[in-house]
Amino acid sequence: MSLLEIKHLNKSYDSKTNVLKDINFEIESGDLVSVIGPSGAGKSTLLRCINRMVNFDDGKIIFDGKDTTHYKKRELRKLRTDIGMVFQHYNLVPRLTVIENVLHGRLGYKSTIQGLLSMFTEVEKENAFSLLDTLGIVEHAYKRCDQLSGGQQQRVGIARALIQNPKLILCDEPIASLDPNASKVIMTYLKQITRDMNITCIVNLHQVDVAREYSDRIIALNKGAVVFDGSHLQLTEERMNHVYGMETRELITV
Amino acid sequence: MQYDLATHMKRTRTGKISLKSGEKSEKVIQLTVLSFVVLTIAAFFFFDFTGFQFKKAIVETAHNLKVMFFMPKLSHFGFGEAIFQVTITLGLAVLSTILGALIAFFLALLAATNLSKEWISRTVRVIVAFIRAVPTVLWVLIFAISAGLGSEAAVVGMLFHSIAYLVKAYSEAFEEVSPGIIESLRATGSSWWHIVKHGIVPSTSTYIMSWTFLRFEINFGVAVAMGAAAGAGGIGFELFMASGFYFDLREVGFITYAILLVAILLEMLSTRLKNRYLPSEK
Amino acid sequence: MSEKKFRQKKWQTTLFFTVIIVVTFISSSITKFNFIHSMTTFPSAFTWIFSNLMITEESFKKLPTILTKLNETIFMAIAASTTAAALSLFLGVMGSKTTKVNNVFSVIARVIASFSRNIPIVAWALILLISFGQNSLTGFLALFIGSVGFLTRAFIESIDEADQSSVEALTATGATYFQIISKAVIPQSLPQIISWTLFMIETNIRSATLVGILTGTGIGYSFDLYYKSMDYNTVALITFTIVITVILIELMSNYIRKVII
Repeated sequence: MSLLEIKHLNKSYDSKTNVLKDINFEIESGDLVSVIGPSGAGKSTLLRCINRMVNFDDGKIIFDGKDTTHYKKRELRKLRTDIGMVFQHYNLVPRLTVIENVLHGRLGYKSTIQGLLSMFTEVEKENAFSLLDTLGIVEHAYKRCDQLSGGQQQRVGIARALIQNPKLILCDEPIASLDPNASKVIMTYLKQITRDMNITCIVNLHQVDVAREYSDRIIALNKGAVVFDGSHLQLTEERMNHVYGMETRELITV
Repeated sequence: MQYDLATHMKRTRTGKISLKSGEKSEKVIQLTVLSFVVLTIAAFFFFDFTGFQFKKAIVETAHNLKVMFFMPKLSHFGFGEAIFQVTITLGLAVLSTILGALIAFFLALLAATNLSKEWISRTVRVIVAFIRAVPTVLWVLIFAISAGLGSEAAVVGMLFHSIAYLVKAYSEAFEEVSPGIIESLRATGSSWWHIVKHGIVPSTSTYIMSWTFLRFEINFGVAVAMGAAAGAGGIGFELFMASGFYFDLREVGFITYAILLVAILLEMLSTRLKNRYLPSEK
Repeated sequence: MSEKKFRQKKWQTTLFFTVIIVVTFISSSITKFNFIHSMTTFPSAFTWIFSNLMITEESFKKLPTILTKLNETIFMAIAASTTAAALSLFLGVMGSKTTKVNNVFSVIARVIASFSRNIPIVAWALILLISFGQNSLTGFLALFIGSVGFLTRAFIESIDEADQSSVEALTATGATYFQIISKAVIPQSLPQIISWTLFMIETNIRSATLVGILTGTGIGYSFDLYYKSMDYNTVALITFTIVITVILIELMSNYIRKVII
């Protein structure tokens, strides 16, 4: 059984343009799947439909064997605890410490009161520390997030997603604001997560070479529709032109 | 492995893993909030509750507010007179704002660090801080001793805080004028006055106007207060008479509405000016 | 700048200053304000201040009673500011366009704030005096209501300014509304909130004097009492204690602001 199944997904922000047009795919557990495509192709919207940060118009999303389409409040909260999310701009609370930001990932499991009073168990805190250790930033645990570099902040973001104990992590352009070295580190960690922890990752990328290098499978979107779905070996030059259009493709490689 | 990690953990007194950075700013925030709480609780013990009956007061206030706001009516003077009194209050605010702006402009030139010598700027700032520390009503009452109660003492008294407020606002605006403008004018051999006239004023005039209008809005409220507490006349004095002398709640209601209307109009105007010309406040 | 534009601008400036001058003269005529006379009062007023507003040994004996009253005023100002801050925080969260629950609450919060801010504190003091009588609570409530209006507006601005990206992140982890407010929004706005509350305390100590004159409480009452009995030495002492208090509080809050922001 696949972890995530998307069937005939449609979404439009206004009546004229469809952001997503009849999207269909299935994703297996433990894969790193890249979603590529030019900006405005609907990558970000697609990702946010999966954890329902954005509502879609029609279609079906089946996650872990359950149809989540009509989830409301409590079920939605439960769904979101199973899905971690990593953002382009890290989306950390700048004035709080690294360890506090990581523990925010546990809020979905807490009652409102427990959350307000920061009632985290010692086990949760120890887990947070060992995740930071795995990601190589444990020595910064008590620093304020705004004192860290971009790459370090993104690792805090990943730790926050991991501490949720998710089955799936959605990464929205995780390396778009990072330099090549930091990008490499982040992608390596994501690859390691899928392999060692058997957590599925869906990663939005606009760098095709990165997608080719790290992913088990590539899905390409253009103007809201899936134009390619397969392994990186199948993504030939000719198909690439189909994704980006001839001229933009040249622009990107230059 | 586990041992390694423990070296990175800070513990609280109870031995739990701490989440706080222990930075100074964080400690000061905690301490400030804590003292707010303690002082507030202490305050209610210090309060003098003479002649206060909770239930009676609440019921009466509710009734009074209902009478005031749902049945407003003038009885001791006519509608035309009410408008005239509002104009007087506005007049007091206009005078103290415009005179204040004029004086503040020159003082602000002396207070701006990029236009003045350091000791002059310091002196002006200390004087301004002192002026601000004395409540407006005390200034008005102190001047009333030599000038007599009335518009003159009120305007002069209100002038002090207007000046203090505007000197701060103007001098900060002056200090933000890019050093390049001043330097290039200085290089052409311009005198200090030339620099002010051609460099400083053109690049800060919108700020000056917005801040001045903001102060005008504040001064309207102050003028109402001075009418009530320091015999400056205007709608504030009528409010004082209606509530403290005639105990006419319906008239109090009418006057309150009149003040509210003017204040909201002024606020809308100044918010518009502020959003257009000022970046974020503070 | 073209010749025509330049002339137009010059003309506008002239018009602007003419309007200002006309408005000033109208204002001075309806308020019966005489420029020259009031300018001449300045020297005499200052001579009077320096010769009469002197703290004498005799007035100094009244210091303990004055300090008790001052104490009352300070506590009144602090309590009014902090309790108002607590309510304003709630109204601010409701009123801010980024954290509001729905439009109805948002409008209600903004209307309450506007109402309490735009009716001057003196009006509240006089209204409350009628049914609450002469005691600290009247002054406290008047200051409280005025502060709520001011602080709510300030807090709405601070909350609007906070970075919204962490709100999105916490929503994605499945956090509840109140968890998001307390973990993502408040920590970012807290320094601003504290700074505004400190500012409110400074302002309220000055306003408390005014309210005190009207409601017969605190240092304002003492001032009024000695002022009316023409005991100017004690008036000077009272003014002096207020100045010291306000400056001390200002220095303290400047320090706190510098450290936390």
